[in-house]
Amino acid sequence: MSWGRKSVISVPYLWLTLFFLVPFVIVFKISFSEMDYAIPPYTDLFTWADEQLTLTLNLGNYAYLFTDDLYIRAYLSSIRIAAIATIICLFVAYPIAYVIARAPSATRNALLMLVILPSWTSFLIRIYAWVGILKNNGLINNFLMWLGIIDQPIAMLNTEFAVYVGIVYAYLPFMVLPLYTNLMKLDNSLLEAASDLGAPPWKVFLTVTLPLSKAGMIAGSMLVFIPSVGEFIIPDMLGGAETLMIGKVLWQEFFNNRDWPVASAVAIVMLLLLLLPITLFHRYQARELEN
Amino acid sequence: MTQDSQPMLEIRQVSKNFGGLTAVKEVNLSINKGEIFALLGGSGCGKTTLLRMLAGFEIPSAGAIFIDGEDISQIPPHKRPVNMMFQSYALFPHMSVAQNVAFGLKQEKNKLSKPEIAKKVLELLTLVRMQDFAQRKPDQLSGGQRQRVALARSLAKKPKVLLLDEPMGALDKKLRSQMQLEVVDIIESVGVTCVMVTHDQEEAMTMANRISVMHDGEIMQVGTPSEIYEFPNSRHTAEFIGSVNIFDATVTQLEADYTRLSCADLHVPIQVEAGVNAPLGSSLGIAVRPEKITMSQVKPELTDNWLTGMVEDIAYLGGHSVYYVKLASGKRVMTIGTNNDRHEQKVTWEDTVYLYWSITSAVVLYR
Repeated sequence: MSWGRKSVISVPYLWLTLFFLVPFVIVFKISFSEMDYAIPPYTDLFTWADEQLTLTLNLGNYAYLFTDDLYIRAYLSSIRIAAIATIICLFVAYPIAYVIARAPSATRNALLMLVILPSWTSFLIRIYAWVGILKNNGLINNFLMWLGIIDQPIAMLNTEFAVYVGIVYAYLPFMVLPLYTNLMKLDNSLLEAASDLGAPPWKVFLTVTLPLSKAGMIAGSMLVFIPSVGEFIIPDMLGGAETLMIGKVLWQEFFNNRDWPVASAVAIVMLLLLLLPITLFHRYQARELEN
Repeated sequence: MTQDSQPMLEIRQVSKNFGGLTAVKEVNLSINKGEIFALLGGSGCGKTTLLRMLAGFEIPSAGAIFIDGEDISQIPPHKRPVNMMFQSYALFPHMSVAQNVAFGLKQEKNKLSKPEIAKKVLELLTLVRMQDFAQRKPDQLSGGQRQRVALARSLAKKPKVLLLDEPMGALDKKLRSQMQLEVVDIIESVGVTCVMVTHDQEEAMTMANRISVMHDGEIMQVGTPSEIYEFPNSRHTAEFIGSVNIFDATVTQLEADYTRLSCADLHVPIQVEAGVNAPLGSSLGIAVRPEKITMSQVKPELTDNWLTGMVEDIAYLGGHSVYYVKLASGKRVMTIGTNNDRHEQKVTWEDTVYLYWSITSAVVLYR
């Protein structure tokens, strides 16, 4: 390989080493240490005494995750919530992406802008705005009570429902954009061919459009599902006490219990859980690229 | 059964406007059962728009289209007894060859059973000699193989009219001439009425029984390939189909058995067959195809229809050469010489040559 190519490739390598690999190794290291009332609040893995270097690997943090069912319940509930939110996202985003991809090119850019525009505001502020919309004396409840449809406010804030609203709202662009690029590439003559061969419009969609947008659906779903599993702000602000998600557990371990080793173990296990869908996704992508 | 007098496809006064643009202007065509009919023209002549109106992807702005006596102008594409082979073939990339061919059969109201469909698919694939590739995906096929699959797919539903959009457009030249004959054989063995669109006159002449030459949304001429080639009715048709030399001439003598014209490019008059439908003194175009012109280095003993000039350019094409002869007037005349001797090139650059043609070789063009 030439010097020029090497130096270009070295940029992402260096970036990933510095900002992904090194922090990961640190977290991985902490997960094998013991909690300590010190700064930093954990013990060293390596100790030096009497000319002996001792490596102490504490597996207790991992074992602890399986003794208290809180962690397992949090993992499962995170995966369930993320999966359901991803499916809702897919159903909401598909028609949006389809309409944008089929729109005349002048309108297309404007519509695309509308999808991206909200993310120009701070994520935190947008989620906080939902508190105002969903709370008992918030926008929706006040409006419904003013209409006289209900006389008691519906409890929406601090429920799992609010978490779904938050995730779908916040991650929708990540579903729309890959779907949009995929549907844009769809050859119109394929749709015409299907219709020419006798398929009514709904069947053209089911037999041609939908299967050919599979790659976009998978890419979008991964982009929504993976960050949703570890999401902290949305369940914390909208989900209240009754929503159990691993992101919140992680936060509590770090900042409330100051138990960095257990928190690190929680993070490592979460990563291992997410590794499965990520590798499946990459394998699919590699196969698509080959074709 | 259809009556023999009734055409399979009839296009009556069909026009199509896009915004302010007229793509197709009051086209009338009548295509018989079992005929292979070519719409021939340059890009933007409206041939593709016309084909898309037959398929149902465009709705005519005016006029009507009848298939087998039924007006189909307003019927959506999926309900028309018409199937199309697309220029890009439009094979579904996520389906195997067999699934592609079966697609149309699966859409039918009285759906065949699975084994019946499989049997039919095999028959169709055998027809196009693709039976060994049934499980392949389209991207594992060569261009020629894809075209066979596309043809099988468009024949699967036994359409009343088969539409071919630039059928050889995606193939390289050598494969093209081979596939042209093969596609015609298949279409004729099935006996389907076929309308094809092409910009390639050779393709139209090889494949079609009749050709209609289109220009600016209008039909210039309809006829068999030889009619179109030997009796073009306009300068545009003459120039579009093959090569031609056109002389601007004035009628000087109208006799019972011949007509004489004068032309500034020739020192002698041009003589054509009798029956020129124009008064004395009117200006006409006289078209002479290059292969109808004989070239000689000896001055011919003729009173009419010869000219002289200097060989300016020779395009050696193997079997024959095209000679470009520059006249004293500055006009260039094209002629063809067969290369029947391997060693000798009789005429070369800068030679003075004489070109002549018979009275029956020239065609009079009124427009």
